[in-house]
Amino acid sequence: MTEEKFDAIVVGAGMAGNAAAYTMASRGLKVLQLERGEYPGSKNVQGAILYANMLETIIPDFREDAPLERHLVEQRFWLMDDTSHTGMHYRSDDFNEPTPNRYTIIRAQFDKWFSRKVRAAGAIVLCETTVTELARDARGKVIGVHTDRAGGIRADVVVLAEGVNGLLGTRAGFRKVPKPEAVALAVKEMHFLPEEVIAERFGLTGDQGCVIEAAGTISRGMAGLGFLYTNKESISLGIGCLVSHFAASLESPYALLDAFKDHPSIRPLIAGSEIKEYAAHLIPEGGFKAIPQLFGDGWVVVGDAAQLNNAVHREGSNLAMTSGRIAGEAIATIKSRKRPMTRDNLSLYKSMLDKSFVVGDLRKYKDMPALLHTNSRNFFITYPRLLSQAAQNFVRVDGTPKIEKERATKAAFIKARSRWGLISDAVRLALAWR
Amino acid sequence: MRASVVRIEDKLYQNRYLVDAGRPHIKVRQHQSPSPNLLALTVVCPANCYQVNEDGQVEVTADGCMECGTCRVLCEESGDIDWSYPRGGFGVLFKFG
Repeated sequence: MTEEKFDAIVVGAGMAGNAAAYTMASRGLKVLQLERGEYPGSKNVQGAILYANMLETIIPDFREDAPLERHLVEQRFWLMDDTSHTGMHYRSDDFNEPTPNRYTIIRAQFDKWFSRKVRAAGAIVLCETTVTELARDARGKVIGVHTDRAGGIRADVVVLAEGVNGLLGTRAGFRKVPKPEAVALAVKEMHFLPEEVIAERFGLTGDQGCVIEAAGTISRGMAGLGFLYTNKESISLGIGCLVSHFAASLESPYALLDAFKDHPSIRPLIAGSEIKEYAAHLIPEGGFKAIPQLFGDGWVVVGDAAQLNNAVHREGSNLAMTSGRIAGEAIATIKSRKRPMTRDNLSLYKSMLDKSFVVGDLRKYKDMPALLHTNSRNFFITYPRLLSQAAQNFVRVDGTPKIEKERATKAAFIKARSRWGLISDAVRLALAWR
Repeated sequence: MRASVVRIEDKLYQNRYLVDAGRPHIKVRQHQSPSPNLLALTVVCPANCYQVNEDGQVEVTADGCMECGTCRVLCEESGDIDWSYPRGGFGVLFKFG
Protein backbone atom coordinates (compact mmCIF):
# COMPACT_ATOMS: atom_id res chain seq x y z
CA MET A 1 0.00 0.00 0.00
CA THR A 2 1.25 3.45 -0.90
CA GLU A 3 1.16 6.16 1.79
CA GLU A 4 -0.96 8.55 -0.24
CA LYS A 5 -4.65 8.28 0.56
CA PHE A 6 -7.58 9.52 -1.51
CA ASP A 7 -11.02 10.65 -0.46
CA ALA A 8 -12.46 8.39 -3.17
CA ILE A 9 -11.30 5.92 -5.79
CA VAL A 10 -13.53 5.46 -8.81
CA VAL A 11 -13.12 2.15 -10.67
CA GLY A 12 -13.97 2.58 -14.35
CA ALA A 13 -14.18 5.52 -16.76
CA GLY A 14 -17.53 4.94 -18.43
CA MET A 15 -20.58 7.16 -18.04
CA ALA A 16 -21.20 6.30 -14.37
CA GLY A 17 -17.55 6.50 -13.33
CA ASN A 18 -16.93 9.77 -15.13
CA ALA A 19 -20.07 11.33 -13.64
CA ALA A 20 -19.07 10.22 -10.14
CA ALA A 21 -15.43 11.33 -10.49
CA TYR A 22 -16.44 14.69 -11.99
CA THR A 23 -19.05 15.36 -9.30
CA MET A 24 -16.69 14.59 -6.43
CA ALA A 25 -13.62 16.34 -7.89
CA SER A 26 -15.57 19.49 -8.66
CA ARG A 27 -16.73 19.55 -5.01
CA GLY A 28 -13.12 19.56 -3.88
CA LEU A 29 -12.63 15.88 -3.03
CA LYS A 30 -9.30 14.21 -3.72
CA VAL A 31 -10.28 11.67 -6.37
CA LEU A 32 -8.38 8.90 -8.16
CA GLN A 33 -10.02 7.22 -11.14
CA LEU A 34 -8.67 3.92 -12.47
CA GLU A 35 -9.40 2.63 -15.97
CA ARG A 36 -8.11 -0.64 -17.41
CA GLY A 37 -8.32 0.51 -21.04
CA GLU A 38 -5.58 2.29 -22.95
CA TYR A 39 -7.77 5.42 -22.88
CA PRO A 40 -11.21 6.15 -21.40
CA GLY A 41 -13.74 4.61 -23.77
CA SER A 42 -11.51 1.92 -25.21
CA LYS A 43 -13.48 -0.81 -23.40
CA ASN A 44 -16.89 0.84 -23.67
CA VAL A 45 -19.65 0.02 -26.15
CA GLN A 46 -23.01 1.71 -26.61
CA GLY A 47 -25.50 2.26 -29.49
CA ALA A 48 -25.27 5.19 -28.79
CA ILE A 49 -27.87 7.82 -27.91
CA LEU A 50 -27.05 10.55 -25.41
CA TYR A 51 -29.89 12.17 -23.45
CA ALA A 52 -29.00 15.82 -23.03
CA ASN A 53 -30.96 16.49 -19.88
CA MET A 54 -28.97 14.17 -17.61
CA LEU A 55 -25.60 15.38 -18.87
CA GLU A 56 -26.75 19.00 -18.62
CA THR A 57 -27.30 18.49 -14.90
CA ILE A 58 -23.62 17.55 -14.59
CA ILE A 59 -21.95 19.71 -17.27
CA PRO A 60 -24.44 22.47 -18.26
CA ASP A 61 -22.41 23.78 -21.23
CA PHE A 62 -21.46 20.37 -22.70
CA ARG A 63 -22.74 21.38 -26.15
CA GLU A 64 -19.82 23.80 -26.55
CA ASP A 65 -17.16 21.14 -26.97
CA ALA A 66 -18.58 17.61 -26.54
CA PRO A 67 -18.19 15.38 -29.63
CA LEU A 68 -21.86 15.06 -30.62
CA GLU A 69 -22.82 13.36 -33.88
CA ARG A 70 -26.41 14.26 -34.82
CA HIS A 71 -29.38 15.62 -32.88
CA LEU A 72 -32.38 13.35 -33.33
CA VAL A 73 -35.44 14.60 -35.18
CA GLU A 74 -36.92 11.24 -36.12
CA GLN A 75 -37.53 7.96 -34.32
CA ARG A 76 -38.77 4.90 -36.18
CA PHE A 77 -40.19 1.83 -34.43
CA TRP A 78 -40.40 -1.16 -36.72
CA LEU A 79 -42.03 -4.56 -36.33
CA MET A 80 -40.39 -6.83 -38.88
CA ASP A 81 -41.13 -10.14 -40.53
CA ASP A 82 -38.82 -11.76 -43.06
CA THR A 83 -39.72 -9.47 -45.97
CA SER A 84 -41.48 -6.45 -44.44
CA HIS A 85 -41.54 -3.90 -41.70
CA THR A 86 -44.60 -2.27 -40.19
CA GLY A 87 -43.54 1.04 -38.75
CA MET A 88 -44.51 3.85 -36.50
CA HIS A 89 -42.41 6.92 -37.22
CA TYR A 90 -42.26 10.04 -35.18
CA ARG A 91 -40.56 13.06 -36.71
CA SER A 92 -40.96 16.56 -35.43
CA ASP A 93 -39.57 19.97 -36.28
CA ASP A 94 -39.94 20.67 -32.55
CA PHE A 95 -36.72 18.68 -32.09
CA ASN A 96 -34.87 21.34 -34.11
CA GLU A 97 -34.53 23.45 -30.99
CA PRO A 98 -31.66 25.59 -29.64
CA THR A 99 -30.77 22.95 -27.05
CA PRO A 100 -31.74 19.60 -28.58
CA ASN A 101 -32.94 16.73 -26.41
CA ARG A 102 -31.15 13.68 -27.81
CA TYR A 103 -27.95 13.14 -29.78
CA THR A 104 -26.16 10.21 -31.31
CA ILE A 105 -22.59 9.86 -30.03
CA ILE A 106 -19.57 7.61 -30.57
CA ARG A 107 -18.53 6.39 -27.16
CA ALA A 108 -14.76 6.16 -27.59
CA GLN A 109 -14.71 9.82 -28.62
CA PHE A 110 -17.31 10.98 -26.13
CA ASP A 111 -15.65 9.21 -23.18
CA LYS A 112 -12.28 10.84 -23.96
CA TRP A 113 -14.00 14.24 -23.85
CA PHE A 114 -15.81 13.42 -20.58
CA SER A 115 -12.50 12.24 -19.11
CA ARG A 116 -10.83 15.56 -20.00
CA LYS A 117 -13.58 17.30 -18.00
CA VAL A 118 -12.92 14.93 -15.08
CA ARG A 119 -9.20 15.80 -15.16
CA ALA A 120 -9.96 19.51 -15.48
CA ALA A 121 -12.15 19.24 -12.37
CA GLY A 122 -9.10 18.01 -10.48
CA ALA A 123 -9.29 14.21 -10.44
CA ILE A 124 -6.26 12.06 -11.18
CA VAL A 125 -7.07 9.59 -13.98
CA LEU A 126 -4.85 6.53 -14.36
CA CYS A 127 -5.41 4.40 -17.48
CA GLU A 128 -4.01 0.97 -18.44
CA THR A 129 -4.49 -0.03 -14.81
CA THR A 130 -6.69 -2.99 -13.88
CA VAL A 131 -8.01 -3.16 -10.34
CA THR A 132 -7.53 -6.79 -9.35
CA GLU A 133 -9.10 -6.81 -5.89
CA LEU A 134 -10.67 -4.58 -3.27
CA ALA A 135 -8.52 -3.96 -0.19
CA ARG A 136 -10.47 -4.63 3.02
CA ASP A 137 -9.69 -4.35 6.71
CA ALA A 138 -10.21 -7.12 9.30
CA ARG A 139 -13.90 -6.25 9.62
CA GLY A 140 -14.47 -6.32 5.88
CA LYS A 141 -14.66 -2.57 5.32
CA VAL A 142 -13.33 -1.55 1.91
CA ILE A 143 -10.25 0.62 2.47
CA GLY A 144 -8.87 0.83 -1.07
CA VAL A 145 -7.89 -1.28 -4.07
CA HIS A 146 -5.12 -3.54 -5.33
CA THR A 147 -4.03 -2.91 -8.92
CA ASP A 148 -1.85 -4.73 -11.42
CA ARG A 149 0.32 -1.72 -12.21
CA ALA A 150 0.20 0.76 -9.34
CA GLY A 151 0.14 -1.59 -6.32
CA GLY A 152 -2.29 -0.98 -3.46
CA ILE A 153 -3.94 2.41 -3.03
CA ARG A 154 -6.01 3.60 -0.07
CA ALA A 155 -9.23 5.61 -0.08
CA ASP A 156 -12.11 6.39 2.29
CA VAL A 157 -14.60 5.07 -0.24
CA VAL A 158 -14.50 3.10 -3.52
CA VAL A 159 -17.07 3.83 -6.23
CA LEU A 160 -17.56 0.66 -8.28
CA ALA A 161 -18.33 1.90 -11.80
CA GLU A 162 -16.92 -1.27 -13.31
CA GLY A 163 -19.60 -1.95 -15.86
CA VAL A 164 -21.86 -4.91 -16.56
CA ASN A 165 -19.03 -7.40 -15.97
CA GLY A 166 -18.02 -5.90 -12.65
CA LEU A 167 -15.66 -8.54 -11.32
CA LEU A 168 -14.63 -6.73 -8.14
CA GLY A 169 -18.11 -6.57 -6.66
CA THR A 170 -18.91 -10.19 -7.45
CA ARG A 171 -15.53 -11.45 -6.19
CA ALA A 172 -16.03 -9.49 -2.97
CA GLY A 173 -19.46 -11.13 -2.56
CA PHE A 174 -21.41 -7.85 -2.85
CA ARG A 175 -23.52 -9.17 -5.72
CA LYS A 176 -23.83 -12.23 -7.93
CA VAL A 177 -22.75 -12.68 -11.55
CA PRO A 178 -25.79 -11.57 -13.63
CA LYS A 179 -28.05 -14.45 -14.66
CA PRO A 180 -28.15 -15.27 -18.40
CA GLU A 181 -31.81 -14.20 -18.43
CA ALA A 182 -30.91 -10.80 -16.92
CA VAL A 183 -28.46 -9.68 -19.62
CA ALA A 184 -28.63 -9.27 -23.39
CA LEU A 185 -25.71 -9.75 -25.73
CA ALA A 186 -25.59 -7.02 -28.37
CA VAL A 187 -23.33 -7.09 -31.42
CA LYS A 188 -22.78 -3.99 -33.47
CA GLU A 189 -20.94 -2.71 -36.52
CA MET A 190 -19.82 0.77 -37.55
CA HIS A 191 -20.73 1.41 -41.17
CA PHE A 192 -19.07 4.44 -42.74
CA LEU A 193 -20.76 6.44 -45.51
CA PRO A 194 -20.30 10.00 -46.78
CA GLU A 195 -22.27 12.55 -44.74
CA GLU A 196 -24.39 13.59 -47.73
CA VAL A 197 -25.37 9.98 -48.49
CA ILE A 198 -26.68 9.53 -44.96
CA ALA A 199 -28.53 12.86 -45.18
CA GLU A 200 -30.15 11.84 -48.46
CA ARG A 201 -31.15 8.31 -47.39
CA PHE A 202 -32.86 9.50 -44.23
CA GLY A 203 -34.09 12.91 -45.39
CA LEU A 204 -31.87 14.87 -43.04
CA THR A 205 -30.27 18.29 -43.26
CA GLY A 206 -27.35 19.68 -41.27
CA ASP A 207 -26.74 17.70 -38.10
CA GLN A 208 -30.23 16.20 -37.93
CA GLY A 209 -30.37 12.50 -37.13
CA CYS A 210 -32.72 9.54 -37.34
CA VAL A 211 -32.83 6.28 -35.41
CA ILE A 212 -34.60 3.00 -36.08
CA GLU A 213 -35.41 0.42 -33.43
CA ALA A 214 -36.75 -2.86 -34.73
CA ALA A 215 -38.20 -6.04 -33.29
CA GLY A 216 -39.63 -9.14 -34.90
CA THR A 217 -38.47 -12.22 -36.74
CA ILE A 218 -34.97 -10.67 -36.95
CA SER A 219 -34.38 -12.12 -33.46
CA ARG A 220 -35.66 -15.56 -34.50
CA GLY A 221 -38.00 -15.95 -31.54
CA MET A 222 -35.52 -14.69 -28.96
CA ALA A 223 -36.33 -11.59 -26.90
CA GLY A 224 -34.30 -9.00 -28.73
CA LEU A 225 -34.06 -5.73 -30.59
CA GLY A 226 -32.26 -4.44 -33.67
CA PHE A 227 -31.13 -0.85 -34.03
CA LEU A 228 -29.79 1.56 -36.61
CA TYR A 229 -28.51 4.97 -35.49
CA THR A 230 -27.25 7.68 -37.83
CA ASN A 231 -23.99 9.38 -36.88
CA LYS A 232 -22.37 12.17 -38.87
CA GLU A 233 -20.39 9.98 -41.26
CA SER A 234 -21.34 6.53 -40.07
CA ILE A 235 -24.24 4.30 -39.14
CA SER A 236 -24.20 2.25 -35.93
CA LEU A 237 -26.08 -0.94 -36.62
CA GLY A 238 -26.63 -3.81 -34.26
CA ILE A 239 -28.84 -6.41 -32.69
CA GLY A 240 -29.11 -7.73 -29.16
CA CYS A 241 -30.92 -10.69 -27.57
CA LEU A 242 -31.04 -12.25 -24.12
CA VAL A 243 -28.02 -14.42 -23.37
CA SER A 244 -30.31 -17.18 -22.00
CA HIS A 245 -32.16 -17.23 -25.33
CA PHE A 246 -28.91 -17.34 -27.33
CA ALA A 247 -27.77 -20.32 -25.26
CA ALA A 248 -31.12 -22.14 -25.55
CA SER A 249 -31.62 -21.61 -29.27
CA LEU A 250 -27.92 -21.85 -30.26
CA GLU A 251 -28.05 -18.88 -32.60
CA SER A 252 -24.81 -17.25 -33.72
CA PRO A 253 -24.82 -13.52 -32.86
CA TYR A 254 -22.85 -12.48 -35.93
CA ALA A 255 -25.01 -14.59 -38.27
CA LEU A 256 -28.02 -12.84 -36.72
CA LEU A 257 -26.38 -9.45 -37.32
CA ASP A 258 -25.59 -10.32 -40.92
CA ALA A 259 -29.16 -11.49 -41.54
CA PHE A 260 -30.44 -8.20 -40.08
CA LYS A 261 -28.10 -6.27 -42.40
CA ASP A 262 -29.37 -8.32 -45.31
CA HIS A 263 -33.06 -7.67 -44.56
CA PRO A 264 -34.68 -5.93 -47.56
CA SER A 265 -35.73 -3.01 -45.34
CA ILE A 266 -32.19 -2.46 -43.97
CA ARG A 267 -29.93 -3.40 -46.90
CA PRO A 268 -30.52 -0.25 -49.00
CA LEU A 269 -29.91 2.01 -45.99
CA ILE A 270 -26.33 0.76 -45.52
CA ALA A 271 -25.51 -0.11 -49.14
CA GLY A 272 -21.94 0.74 -50.14
CA SER A 273 -20.75 1.34 -46.58
CA GLU A 274 -17.31 0.54 -45.27
CA ILE A 275 -17.27 -1.40 -42.00
CA LYS A 276 -14.60 -0.21 -39.59
CA GLU A 277 -15.41 -1.99 -36.34
CA TYR A 278 -17.29 -4.95 -34.92
CA ALA A 279 -18.14 -4.82 -31.22
CA ALA A 280 -19.96 -6.93 -28.67
CA HIS A 281 -21.24 -5.98 -25.25
CA LEU A 282 -23.68 -7.10 -22.56
CA ILE A 283 -26.68 -4.97 -21.59
CA PRO A 284 -28.38 -5.34 -18.18
CA GLU A 285 -32.01 -6.35 -18.80
CA GLY A 286 -33.17 -7.57 -15.39
CA GLY A 287 -34.76 -4.25 -14.46
CA PHE A 288 -35.93 -3.28 -10.98
CA LYS A 289 -35.92 -6.83 -9.61
CA ALA A 290 -32.26 -7.36 -10.57
CA ILE A 291 -30.87 -4.29 -8.75
CA PRO A 292 -28.31 -5.59 -6.25
CA GLN A 293 -27.17 -4.20 -2.90
CA LEU A 294 -26.02 -0.67 -3.81
CA PHE A 295 -23.79 0.31 -0.89
CA GLY A 296 -21.77 -1.09 2.00
CA ASP A 297 -18.88 -0.25 4.32
CA GLY A 298 -16.57 1.87 2.21
CA TRP A 299 -18.20 1.21 -1.18
CA VAL A 300 -21.06 2.07 -3.52
CA VAL A 301 -21.94 0.60 -6.94
CA VAL A 302 -23.26 2.63 -9.88
CA GLY A 303 -24.33 2.26 -13.54
CA ASP A 304 -24.38 -1.03 -15.44
CA ALA A 305 -22.58 -2.80 -12.59
CA ALA A 306 -25.73 -2.12 -10.56
CA GLN A 307 -27.99 -3.31 -13.44
CA LEU A 308 -29.38 0.23 -13.79
CA ASN A 309 -30.79 0.04 -17.31
CA ASN A 310 -34.28 0.73 -18.61
CA ALA A 311 -34.75 -2.01 -21.20
CA VAL A 312 -38.19 -0.78 -22.33
CA HIS A 313 -36.99 2.72 -23.24
CA ARG A 314 -33.47 1.66 -24.25
CA GLU A 315 -32.00 4.00 -21.67
CA GLY A 316 -28.77 2.99 -19.95
CA SER A 317 -26.15 5.68 -20.13
CA ASN A 318 -28.38 8.35 -18.58
CA LEU A 319 -29.22 6.07 -15.67
CA ALA A 320 -25.49 5.33 -15.35
CA MET A 321 -24.61 9.02 -15.45
CA THR A 322 -27.31 9.96 -12.97
CA SER A 323 -26.44 7.18 -10.51
CA GLY A 324 -22.78 8.24 -10.72
CA ARG A 325 -23.69 11.86 -10.07
CA ILE A 326 -25.95 10.98 -7.14
CA ALA A 327 -23.30 8.69 -5.60
CA GLY A 328 -20.78 11.53 -5.96
CA GLU A 329 -23.14 14.01 -4.32
CA ALA A 330 -23.94 11.62 -1.47
CA ILE A 331 -20.23 11.00 -0.81
CA ALA A 332 -19.44 14.73 -0.94
CA THR A 333 -22.28 15.39 1.51
CA ILE A 334 -21.04 12.74 3.96
CA LYS A 335 -17.52 14.13 3.66
CA SER A 336 -18.67 17.72 4.26
CA ARG A 337 -20.40 16.56 7.46
CA LYS A 338 -17.05 15.00 8.46
CA ARG A 339 -18.74 11.61 8.83
CA PRO A 340 -17.03 8.27 8.04
CA MET A 341 -17.88 6.28 4.87
CA THR A 342 -19.77 3.55 6.73
CA ARG A 343 -22.61 1.47 5.41
CA ASP A 344 -25.11 3.49 7.44
CA ASN A 345 -23.87 6.82 6.13
CA LEU A 346 -23.56 5.62 2.51
CA SER A 347 -27.22 4.54 2.58
CA LEU A 348 -27.75 8.21 1.71
CA TYR A 349 -26.83 7.27 -1.88
CA LYS A 350 -29.66 4.75 -2.09
CA SER A 351 -32.25 7.02 -0.53
CA MET A 352 -31.29 9.78 -2.99
CA LEU A 353 -31.36 7.32 -5.92
CA ASP A 354 -34.76 5.95 -4.84
CA LYS A 355 -36.20 9.45 -5.14
CA SER A 356 -34.75 9.98 -8.64
CA PHE A 357 -36.17 8.95 -12.02
CA VAL A 358 -33.63 6.09 -12.12
CA VAL A 359 -35.37 3.83 -9.62
CA GLY A 360 -38.80 5.33 -10.33
CA ASP A 361 -38.68 4.35 -14.01
CA LEU A 362 -37.28 0.89 -13.30
CA ARG A 363 -40.01 0.26 -10.73
CA LYS A 364 -42.68 1.22 -13.29
CA TYR A 365 -41.56 -1.59 -15.62
CA LYS A 366 -40.66 -4.15 -12.97
CA ASP A 367 -42.83 -6.89 -14.54
CA MET A 368 -41.88 -6.22 -18.16
CA PRO A 369 -38.70 -8.37 -18.34
CA ALA A 370 -40.53 -11.49 -17.14
CA LEU A 371 -43.38 -10.94 -19.62
CA LEU A 372 -41.24 -10.43 -22.70
CA HIS A 373 -38.69 -13.06 -21.75
CA THR A 374 -41.13 -15.89 -21.16
CA ASN A 375 -43.42 -15.12 -24.12
CA SER A 376 -40.73 -14.23 -26.57
CA ARG A 377 -42.01 -16.32 -29.50
CA ASN A 378 -45.41 -14.61 -29.40
CA PHE A 379 -44.03 -11.12 -29.07
CA PHE A 380 -41.11 -11.49 -31.46
CA ILE A 381 -42.45 -13.86 -34.16
CA THR A 382 -46.22 -14.40 -34.03
CA TYR A 383 -47.39 -10.79 -33.58
CA PRO A 384 -44.92 -9.18 -36.01
CA ARG A 385 -46.01 -11.70 -38.69
CA LEU A 386 -49.70 -11.14 -37.98
CA LEU A 387 -49.27 -7.40 -38.07
CA SER A 388 -47.37 -7.55 -41.32
CA GLN A 389 -50.07 -9.76 -42.90
CA ALA A 390 -52.77 -7.41 -41.64
CA ALA A 391 -50.98 -4.37 -43.10
CA GLN A 392 -50.46 -6.09 -46.42
CA ASN A 393 -54.06 -7.23 -46.47
CA PHE A 394 -55.11 -3.63 -45.85
CA VAL A 395 -53.02 -1.97 -48.55
CA ARG A 396 -52.97 -4.59 -51.30
CA VAL A 397 -55.82 -4.04 -53.76
CA ASP A 398 -56.84 -7.28 -55.47
CA GLY A 399 -60.62 -7.13 -55.90
CA THR A 400 -61.38 -8.93 -52.62
CA PRO A 401 -64.27 -7.20 -50.85
CA LYS A 402 -63.00 -5.15 -47.87
CA ILE A 403 -65.33 -6.93 -45.46
CA GLU A 404 -63.71 -10.26 -46.36
CA LYS A 405 -60.23 -8.79 -45.95
CA GLU A 406 -61.12 -7.60 -42.47
CA ARG A 407 -62.56 -10.99 -41.56
CA ALA A 408 -59.42 -12.73 -42.81
CA THR A 409 -57.20 -10.52 -40.67
CA LYS A 410 -59.33 -11.10 -37.59
CA ALA A 411 -59.39 -14.85 -38.22
CA ALA A 412 -55.60 -14.93 -38.60
CA PHE A 413 -55.11 -13.33 -35.16
CA ILE A 414 -57.57 -15.71 -33.51
CA LYS A 415 -56.08 -18.75 -35.24
CA ALA A 416 -52.56 -17.83 -34.15
CA ARG A 417 -53.24 -16.91 -30.52
CA SER A 418 -56.92 -17.85 -29.81
CA ARG A 419 -59.38 -15.29 -28.43
CA TRP A 420 -58.31 -16.01 -24.88
CA GLY A 421 -54.62 -15.78 -25.80
CA LEU A 422 -55.11 -12.38 -27.42
CA ILE A 423 -57.00 -11.00 -24.44
CA SER A 424 -54.54 -12.41 -21.94
CA ASP A 425 -51.51 -11.08 -23.88
CA ALA A 426 -53.12 -7.63 -24.00
CA VAL A 427 -53.99 -7.65 -20.31
CA ARG A 428 -50.54 -8.84 -19.25
CA LEU A 429 -48.85 -6.25 -21.44
CA ALA A 430 -51.08 -3.51 -20.03
CA LEU A 431 -50.38 -4.60 -16.46
CA ALA A 432 -46.63 -4.73 -17.01
CA TRP A 433 -46.71 -1.29 -18.66
CA ARG A 434 -48.86 0.30 -15.98
CA MET B 1 -33.52 -14.01 -47.05
CA ARG B 2 -30.32 -14.49 -49.02
CA ALA B 3 -27.94 -17.08 -47.69
CA SER B 4 -24.64 -15.65 -46.62
CA VAL B 5 -21.55 -17.27 -45.22
CA VAL B 6 -20.28 -15.20 -42.33
CA ARG B 7 -16.56 -15.11 -41.83
CA ILE B 8 -15.90 -13.95 -38.30
CA GLU B 9 -12.22 -13.43 -39.11
CA ASP B 10 -13.20 -10.66 -41.53
CA LYS B 11 -15.19 -8.89 -38.81
CA LEU B 12 -12.51 -9.19 -36.12
CA TYR B 13 -9.87 -8.01 -38.58
CA GLN B 14 -11.41 -4.51 -38.37
CA ASN B 15 -10.76 -4.32 -34.64
CA ARG B 16 -7.73 -3.16 -32.70
CA TYR B 17 -6.23 -5.49 -30.10
CA LEU B 18 -3.16 -5.57 -27.92
CA VAL B 19 -2.76 -9.28 -27.23
CA ASP B 20 -1.05 -10.17 -23.94
CA ALA B 21 0.93 -13.07 -25.44
CA GLY B 22 1.13 -16.11 -23.18
CA ARG B 23 -1.31 -14.66 -20.60
CA PRO B 24 -4.84 -15.51 -21.75
CA HIS B 25 -7.52 -13.89 -19.58
CA ILE B 26 -9.94 -16.80 -20.04
CA LYS B 27 -9.20 -20.42 -19.18
CA VAL B 28 -11.38 -23.48 -19.71
CA ARG B 29 -11.35 -26.01 -16.86
CA GLN B 30 -10.15 -29.52 -17.74
CA HIS B 31 -13.10 -31.70 -18.66
CA GLN B 32 -13.96 -35.05 -20.26
CA SER B 33 -17.05 -33.85 -22.08
CA PRO B 34 -18.35 -30.26 -22.09
CA SER B 35 -21.46 -29.11 -20.20
CA PRO B 36 -24.34 -27.83 -22.39
CA ASN B 37 -23.51 -24.19 -21.61
CA LEU B 38 -19.80 -24.68 -22.36
CA LEU B 39 -20.67 -26.35 -25.64
CA ALA B 40 -23.10 -23.50 -26.43
CA LEU B 41 -20.17 -21.06 -26.33
CA THR B 42 -18.84 -22.58 -29.55
CA VAL B 43 -21.89 -20.98 -31.22
CA VAL B 44 -22.89 -18.01 -29.10
CA CYS B 45 -19.49 -16.41 -28.46
CA PRO B 46 -19.63 -13.34 -30.74
CA ALA B 47 -15.90 -13.57 -31.48
CA ASN B 48 -15.96 -17.33 -32.04
CA CYS B 49 -13.23 -17.83 -29.42
CA TYR B 50 -14.47 -21.30 -28.43
CA GLN B 51 -13.86 -24.42 -30.53
CA VAL B 52 -14.37 -28.15 -30.04
CA ASN B 53 -11.08 -30.06 -30.43
CA GLU B 54 -10.56 -33.56 -31.87
CA ASP B 55 -11.21 -35.15 -28.47
CA GLY B 56 -14.59 -33.44 -28.13
CA GLN B 57 -13.38 -30.94 -25.52
CA VAL B 58 -13.97 -27.22 -25.70
CA GLU B 59 -10.90 -24.98 -26.03
CA VAL B 60 -10.61 -21.20 -25.94
CA THR B 61 -8.36 -18.88 -27.96
CA ALA B 62 -9.08 -15.45 -26.54
CA ASP B 63 -7.03 -13.31 -28.96
CA GLY B 64 -10.16 -11.96 -30.73
CA CYS B 65 -12.15 -11.61 -27.49
CA MET B 66 -14.19 -8.40 -27.22
CA GLU B 67 -14.57 -8.86 -23.43
CA CYS B 68 -18.36 -8.90 -23.63
CA GLY B 69 -18.72 -11.41 -20.79
CA THR B 70 -21.26 -13.74 -22.42
CA CYS B 71 -19.13 -16.78 -21.53
CA ARG B 72 -18.68 -15.49 -18.00
CA VAL B 73 -22.44 -15.18 -17.51
CA LEU B 74 -23.02 -18.69 -18.88
CA CYS B 75 -20.05 -20.60 -17.48
CA GLU B 76 -18.26 -18.88 -14.60
CA GLU B 77 -20.57 -19.88 -11.77
CA SER B 78 -20.46 -23.56 -12.77
CA GLY B 79 -16.66 -23.41 -12.78
CA ASP B 80 -16.46 -24.36 -16.47
CA ILE B 81 -14.28 -21.33 -17.12
CA ASP B 82 -12.09 -18.80 -15.28
CA TRP B 83 -12.67 -15.26 -16.48
CA SER B 84 -10.56 -12.21 -15.60
CA TYR B 85 -9.91 -8.87 -17.19
CA PRO B 86 -6.76 -8.70 -19.31
CA ARG B 87 -3.89 -6.79 -17.70
CA GLY B 88 -4.25 -3.01 -17.89
CA GLY B 89 -3.89 -1.71 -21.44
CA PHE B 90 -4.21 -5.16 -23.06
CA GLY B 91 -7.13 -6.78 -24.87
CA VAL B 92 -9.61 -5.17 -27.23
CA LEU B 93 -9.23 -1.42 -27.81
CA PHE B 94 -12.39 -0.02 -29.34
CA LYS B 95 -11.85 2.84 -31.77
CA PHE B 96 -15.53 3.77 -31.78
CA GLY B 97 -17.25 1.55 -29.21
